[in-house]
Amino acid sequence: MENQALYNYLIHLADDSVVLAQRLCEWTGHGPFLEEDLALTNISLDVFGRARAILEYAAQLEGKGRTEDHLAFFRNEREYTNVLLAELPNGDYAKTMMRLAFMNAYDFLLYTELSKSTNATLAGIAAKAVKESIYHRRHSFSWIERFGNGTEESMHRLKEAFLDTWSFTGEMFECHAQFAELVKTGVVVDPARLKANWDKDIRDLLQRAGLTAPEGVYMHTGGRKGVHTEHLGHLLAEMQSLPRSLPEATW
Amino acid sequence: MSDSQGPLWEVFVQKKSGQPYVHAGNVHAFDKEMALQNARDVYSRRNEGTAIWVVPSDAITASTPEDMGSFFEPSNDKIFRHPTFYQIPDGIGHM
Repeated sequence: MENQALYNYLIHLADDSVVLAQRLCEWTGHGPFLEEDLALTNISLDVFGRARAILEYAAQLEGKGRTEDHLAFFRNEREYTNVLLAELPNGDYAKTMMRLAFMNAYDFLLYTELSKSTNATLAGIAAKAVKESIYHRRHSFSWIERFGNGTEESMHRLKEAFLDTWSFTGEMFECHAQFAELVKTGVVVDPARLKANWDKDIRDLLQRAGLTAPEGVYMHTGGRKGVHTEHLGHLLAEMQSLPRSLPEATW
Repeated sequence: MSDSQGPLWEVFVQKKSGQPYVHAGNVHAFDKEMALQNARDVYSRRNEGTAIWVVPSDAITASTPEDMGSFFEPSNDKIFRHPTFYQIPDGIGHM
């Protein structure tokens, strides 16, 4: 394929969204109360919608007649290249919101840069994602502040949530050699460039919530190469079982 | 009006700039920001509005059904209070 690097880039971009959205939709019907249940489900749908647009473009580039559904439902665990952070189990609401806040802050910065891409299709998809991620970030950030300024119990849970997820945040800023040419031609952005702004945004948030991020923590890695935690397989099994057992099923 | 889902807030949605805010329903929330976000997610996610107000339900004072007679009926026989004798110019939008 002529655009193999771009295809791979789109796949990892979409996989972050597919896996995060699938995690969020696990809360549907189980949210803490009706309005919050709706809010989180809305966010999940936004993220799925973004993934769909990206995968649609990837399938088109691939040119093998596959669709976005094929790419989402018929790739295996080792072919998924999402960051490990996205696949971590939801845990309690503090952990769900902590992971979401980390990813929302990142998505806002990433899609803002991608909306200036020299590739018009990618820029168009990204421009829509920017607006959505501003709202997502506002939602998850306000929960983190509430937990941090709430009760002893909520603070305890927030601290646990932070410890469970922080060491998975480094992977978002890895840049892989296969994308170097795309970075050079302004098609995509080197995620390392987003790190300083993300750090500031998150450290400010943590401070408002009464937490401090430690320096020099070991950061987990592997997702971008398809090497995942034990959790992704279960997530994909649940997500993919229907289309795999009934490949021709339609609504 | 409080339970484990937090207090109630009344939601008013403005369809277009310049139009009045119309009561849309209510939401549960524990603080102002949450009320605003919940109102957005429940009442405007299908592009119903361009602005939202949220007001704590217990800040609203309402008339009671018993007030109906004394509040509203006296205007019935005072036709001079109703602007039915005027042509409303086209330029006036929402009257």
